[in-house]
Amino acid sequence: MVKCLEMEGVRVAFGYPGAAICPFYDALSGSSIRHVLVRTEQNAAHSASGYSRVSGKPGVCIATSGPGATNLLTGIASAYMDSIALVVITGQVRSDLLGRDVFQEADITGAAEPFTKHSYLVKNANEIPRIFKEAFHIASTGRPGPVLIDVPIDMQKAEIKDFDYDTPVDIIGYKPSTQGHSLQIRKAIEAIKSSSRPVICAGGGVFSAKARGELRQFAEQCNIPVISTMMGIGALPSEHRLNMGMLGSHGCVPANKAIRDADLVILAGARVGDRAVAAPGQVAERATIIHIDIDPAEIGKNMPAHIPIVGDLKLVLAEFIRNCIWEAPQEWVQQVTERKARYFEPNTQPVEGFVEPKLFMRALSRKMRPDSILCADVGQNQIWSANNFLIQDGYFLTSGGMGTMGYSIPCAVGAKTAQRDRQVCAVCGDGAFQMSMMELGTICQEGLGVKIVVMRNTRLGMVRELQDRLYCGRQFAVCLNGKPDYVSIAKAYGIEALSVSSDSEVEAAIDQMLKDDKPFLLECSVNPDYPSL
Amino acid sequence: MKHTISVLVENHAGVLSKVSGLFARRGFNIDSLAVGITEDPAISRMTIVVEGDEYVVEQLEKQLNKLIPVIKVKTLAPKETIARTLSLIKVAAGNGKRAEVMRISELMGARIVDVTKTTLTLEFTDTVERTETLEALLRPYGIKEIVRTGIIALEKGPNATRPTKR
Repeated sequence: MVKCLEMEGVRVAFGYPGAAICPFYDALSGSSIRHVLVRTEQNAAHSASGYSRVSGKPGVCIATSGPGATNLLTGIASAYMDSIALVVITGQVRSDLLGRDVFQEADITGAAEPFTKHSYLVKNANEIPRIFKEAFHIASTGRPGPVLIDVPIDMQKAEIKDFDYDTPVDIIGYKPSTQGHSLQIRKAIEAIKSSSRPVICAGGGVFSAKARGELRQFAEQCNIPVISTMMGIGALPSEHRLNMGMLGSHGCVPANKAIRDADLVILAGARVGDRAVAAPGQVAERATIIHIDIDPAEIGKNMPAHIPIVGDLKLVLAEFIRNCIWEAPQEWVQQVTERKARYFEPNTQPVEGFVEPKLFMRALSRKMRPDSILCADVGQNQIWSANNFLIQDGYFLTSGGMGTMGYSIPCAVGAKTAQRDRQVCAVCGDGAFQMSMMELGTICQEGLGVKIVVMRNTRLGMVRELQDRLYCGRQFAVCLNGKPDYVSIAKAYGIEALSVSSDSEVEAAIDQMLKDDKPFLLECSVNPDYPSL
Repeated sequence: MKHTISVLVENHAGVLSKVSGLFARRGFNIDSLAVGITEDPAISRMTIVVEGDEYVVEQLEKQLNKLIPVIKVKTLAPKETIARTLSLIKVAAGNGKRAEVMRISELMGARIVDVTKTTLTLEFTDTVERTETLEALLRPYGIKEIVRTGIIALEKGPNATRPTKR
């Protein structure tokens, strides 16, 4: 198993050992693969996710059988929803005891079935090389996703006769098509050329296809405004003249108006989830929809598509660049970019004794390096980050599909492990921080210069906002009382920390946080009544 | 509307649960599902009957295709398809009724596979409609037990559904 990982070029694995995975760990100790010991298994999957999104290679995470494996589930499900390539390895009880409910036995392939792209339960150790090779292939090709390999302890200990890692993968039922259909591409280009108000909607697929360069080139060449889903933030630099920002229920006006007014929408690796477009049918009535996706099942699932193109976005956009020599009418582009200018500066509401979160995010993005990585958690902090942190060449990483609270800190651990030379900052609320603060231990142990910003409003802010709007203001179970001192918590781990409660302190605090490549926690007091938008 | 979908899958343990799990979590309603191996022992064929509109069938085909062990998915056109179900029907047929039940059985082309003093058990392979007719004819005598397989189906004509995906 370890040799398989080495053959795949795996450098790092995130995990948490236990009895049923011990033979593998014993072999791992003699390998050059670095093992990052997380503090709970769920975060092994989140860290592997952060690692994968930044490195472009499958993230590897490991847990033992039973509770170790079930703790991974939320992480696996989050990766599945956001199409992140993971190879998940779990220990399992002895194969002859399977199904007897022995100590720490759980049917993890069964439990993870809805959230995995594919899964294996090893029943013959000789198949381990083939299974591992297939797992990496399946996880990283087509629409990426998590693949689970459950390995009974006797399989880990067995001797394999002929270790063969050279036989190419050949799975009869898995041949993802990458080249877009040329006729469909031609139709799409004709439709683009005859449109007068085109817009590109960029999704997470731009990142999985490594197509940021192509997207930018195509948008610039044809002068087409770009909006993005939350997963597509940063596909085009935030301040690029053609980037109109994030659409959706928590998106911005220029983006939502652009898709409303468009007569042609190019969905580029976006699945148009319900938070991105509430009424996809209406958009499709007004505009011609070109939907480019590697997964045929996404086409027509949420939004009817007039011109579907199944293929790798990078290759399809390259075809567009080659064959679509055309420019969108200037008056349309002017109309949308003027709106951008009007709404670009956030609508802020400073309050004495608190930090203005939107201004803070702007300040943070100006001070961080252009290639830095922002990991946003879930809730109000995520919306403040998404709409106000400006991405240039870096990444905006968040749990977009699943909306998993506690994602940001372990994700930052993975991202920083992948690229030590980049600045990595996790932004979370005090709710999510308390779901993941055990990872301060991992950060210390690994010496990772992860920066953590805690937006402390002593509320589960987004739920509070929902209760205010839809439940007659009956705030219930949203107050995070007890007021722990996060600065002291960080310091207990030996992590430098600071607390700010006014806008005037922000600049200096960020400077102090970013002065070196050591971990840092910055607590910002935020008005509990402050809105997401 | 009902649709009959023929699915070629790798003949592995766990494939059936992957397919049936997919139906459950995507909210598709299965009317019947029948599985058996094919001329190639490495491949099984599932015949699945589902209720739903065009959107459901399209989604179903695509989602099935995403499963790695699924090799080929084909929705069969009703008029171009031979579809059969096998039934075993145990009917109360004591003194005086046995001859009548035997006559119905003969008329419909069922086989009598078990006889007791009080019952007859019929084996019947035919379309769903004819199976329902037979049941209706036997009901007045008292049906004690019925077991029916899911529908199995093949396309008419010389063509075969081959294991090349999409």
